[in-house]
Amino acid sequence: MDYLYFAIRRLLQAVLVMFVISLIGFSIQDNLGDPLRELVGQSVSESERDALRDRMGLNDPFLTQYGRFMYKAVQGDLGNSYFFKKPALEVIAAKFPATLELVIGASLLIIFFAIPLGVYCAINPKGWFSKFIMGFSIVGISVPVFLTAIFSIYVFSVELGWMPSFGRGETSGILGWQSGFLTVDGLVHLVLPSISLASIMMPLFIRLIRSEMMEILQLDYIRFAWAKGLMPARVWFLHAFKNTLLPVITVGGVQIGTMLAYTILTESVFQWPGMGFLFLEAVNRVDTPLIIAYIIVVGLIFVVTNTVVDLVYTWVNPTVKLVGSK
Amino acid sequence: MALLEVNKLEVQFPLGRKTLQAIHGISFALEEGERLGIVGESGAGKSVAAFSILNLLSKPGRISAGEVVFEGQVISEFSRAQMRHIRGNRISMIFQDPMMTLNPVLTIGTQMSECLKTHRNISNSEAREISISKLRDVMIPSPENRMDSYPHELSGGMRQRVVIAIALLSDPSIIIADEPTTALDVTIQAEIMALMLELCKNNNVGLVLITHDLAVVSQVTERIIVMYAGRIVEEGLTHDVITNPKHPYTRGLIKALPQENLPGTRLNQIRGSMPALDAIPAGCSFNPRCDFADGECHKDVPALVGSETHRAACVHIDRIPAFQNAGDAK
Amino acid sequence: MSKLRIFLGSDFVYRFKKDKVAVVSFSIVILLVLSAVFAPAIAPYDPYDLKSIDIMDSELPPSWNEEEGDDRFFLGTDPQGRDMLSTILYGMRISLLIGFFAVILQLFIGVSIGLISGYVGGRVDAFFMRLADIQLSLSTLMVAIIALAVFQASFGSELYSELAIFMLILVIGIAEWPQYARTVRASVLAEKHKEYVDAARVIGMSQKRIMLRHILPNTLSPVLVISTIQVANAIISEAALSFLGLGMPVNKPSLGSLISSGFEFIFSGSWWITVIPSLVLIALILSINLLGDWLRDALNPKLYKD
Repeated sequence: MDYLYFAIRRLLQAVLVMFVISLIGFSIQDNLGDPLRELVGQSVSESERDALRDRMGLNDPFLTQYGRFMYKAVQGDLGNSYFFKKPALEVIAAKFPATLELVIGASLLIIFFAIPLGVYCAINPKGWFSKFIMGFSIVGISVPVFLTAIFSIYVFSVELGWMPSFGRGETSGILGWQSGFLTVDGLVHLVLPSISLASIMMPLFIRLIRSEMMEILQLDYIRFAWAKGLMPARVWFLHAFKNTLLPVITVGGVQIGTMLAYTILTESVFQWPGMGFLFLEAVNRVDTPLIIAYIIVVGLIFVVTNTVVDLVYTWVNPTVKLVGSK
Repeated sequence: MALLEVNKLEVQFPLGRKTLQAIHGISFALEEGERLGIVGESGAGKSVAAFSILNLLSKPGRISAGEVVFEGQVISEFSRAQMRHIRGNRISMIFQDPMMTLNPVLTIGTQMSECLKTHRNISNSEAREISISKLRDVMIPSPENRMDSYPHELSGGMRQRVVIAIALLSDPSIIIADEPTTALDVTIQAEIMALMLELCKNNNVGLVLITHDLAVVSQVTERIIVMYAGRIVEEGLTHDVITNPKHPYTRGLIKALPQENLPGTRLNQIRGSMPALDAIPAGCSFNPRCDFADGECHKDVPALVGSETHRAACVHIDRIPAFQNAGDAK
Repeated sequence: MSKLRIFLGSDFVYRFKKDKVAVVSFSIVILLVLSAVFAPAIAPYDPYDLKSIDIMDSELPPSWNEEEGDDRFFLGTDPQGRDMLSTILYGMRISLLIGFFAVILQLFIGVSIGLISGYVGGRVDAFFMRLADIQLSLSTLMVAIIALAVFQASFGSELYSELAIFMLILVIGIAEWPQYARTVRASVLAEKHKEYVDAARVIGMSQKRIMLRHILPNTLSPVLVISTIQVANAIISEAALSFLGLGMPVNKPSLGSLISSGFEFIFSGSWWITVIPSLVLIALILSINLLGDWLRDALNPKLYKD
């Protein structure tokens, strides 16, 4: 019952945050550009404009307009993109697979490299390889994502000519999803962008996993595990790692959102046809409905991932205190 | 030959520019089924001594000299793999704080059966059977249900019972208990101590009990070692040491007990405090706090003198008046 | 004078001198900061002075390139014919300026909220900490990108480019207060119930005085450690935003906008326009981060953790 109570509270909070984001989105729409200018030319007279305004409800009170905005928004209608002349949500949805695949590619790299390296550095903190990894990781967090991207293009595309420097390459559609995972060309195009996107998170996670695990290895229950005569592998990978994972999951959930921000940078360098690239174009074209749709979609992704991570964390962790219950 | 022998053990902690010595050559022995208490204030080195037996010193501590002999084998020179067969199998440990000793994310059952399965070639269901029977031995109600509980679902006293059950799992010949009741409520302390005493007696398990609580040692142990600043200052049969302490430090400890003080009078504290590891005075390390100290006490570290059953490390052992406790004075 | 001597003889300075990485990174930071501060005096040209720029000089490689290099331009020129060395010095000046003031702003907001939250407690505390949680769960960079994009779209790029430096400081400054607030709050809570604070209250010191004179100094070392890392982060954020065209304009470039404007030229072989400012940026951030790492180990403050 406690968990149910917690889950409901958490979901309500998510709804609240979404409400705030929609409010922000709406006030941007209210302040950014005049929708009339996009619809009618300069030749229309002032009185005709006013009549049109009235008919479109642009003279209604703020709350009425916001209510209308929300009413449409929950039905998936966030207005039409000025540039594409199509529903903004549809335009974004078409770009979503590209961004998601980029995030998946980077996440896989992070999981497969950061966890073993972080654990290794925690177990052998004094070894030369650990020192090398730690040194490398501080260089990693000091190089901005877009520079990793630029340098990788410069080295592997321009100088060596091994890798493509832009775009997604060949994609193939299954179930309406244009995927780059299924063709060799698509996968090759994914390599450099994924590495670039992973480049800042990877050292962050290595350092996080290392410091969390080193702290846990000092604790009494680990010493007790040694005192029981367990095999080192069991002490490290079950007793210590399972406890390390919990804080890492929390940070991971937050970092998914941050990663979305970095996709904008990566997509911009690699001209990756994803949501971030689309957003930058929309900003340059002052395509207000598209900008707002992007903000709302990104806000939704943030809120959903954070909520899910919180719910899963609480479910997985037997000791977590359910805040607010009792 | 004794079951466990610690010979001239020294423990050092190299810390950057300086090296701190926590243990300055201590020796003691434990016979089969014997119960030994190690007492002293915090910082005396008693926990370090206990952990060094199983080579579980926290980093960067290390045994710099001396040896630990168990069943005739020098286990202080064992490899890690050899040591694993001793730990939790032949010699078990019980830690101070039961809240911190059990892994919060693993069930009681997992934490019990993993220990058995490491040391014996048995099936899961056998391991579970044995675990449940041990939980029953430590008087945990409905042990079958407890197997699937997480530590946080149990009270402190219950957790310490679980820890004791884990220590007993593979029928060890020695249990080392480091302040096993300090972190518990006073009412539960007595229960847990009584339980440990009973289990050790019934199963003929040797016990090394580390504590600062003289009352507890006097009830449970047969022999006592009093440690001060990394050295043994007095040792002997529990009864002899408690009733007739020879070393001024031991006297101070006993006099400081609340029951030794008449109501309305000041508590008899030992003045001053234990020196830090890098500031241990020359000669007898107790000299700054001792009422009997003179020039001689500053010269050499005194050796233990007296009989096998009771001896102390004090140069003035003959000069010091006979011990009288407050109870006798009444 | 004697205070300085005590400081120089302290364990802290001794450990600093023994650590080569710390000494080297500290020297690099000082060198870069000084050359940024004195850029107008050091730089051979003034990149803001349009008269001194000749488009005929555009895209010249560094002077060590014997065939095409020009002795006047040690690090070559950019597509507009500006001297790279001068442009980098001025660009670093802007990057450091934004980084520094953004952190001052974070510090001010974060420390104030942390002090109030910790001292007042109750609902005020709950509100601010919830706000901090939400702010932390949204990525700073994302918030900054969106905020600046909206500003740019509503101001128009011309007005925006004049305001850019203030907008960057404001956005980066506001977005990162929670870490300070949490750390300060934690130490306020730790100190609040100590005897000396009670004693101060008993002798009739005002709340404000207790907070500022007694509690605040205790937060000094964690705040110093956080600030060092935060300056590096702010410079990275600024560079990223400028790279996306949401930061400093090309006619008044920071390191980020310099890299951004040179990016397309790496395909045509003019690598120096991008690579050299990138290396300067990396050297700056890396040495600040190394210094911050060392400070954290040396001071070992209690940083806020979940």
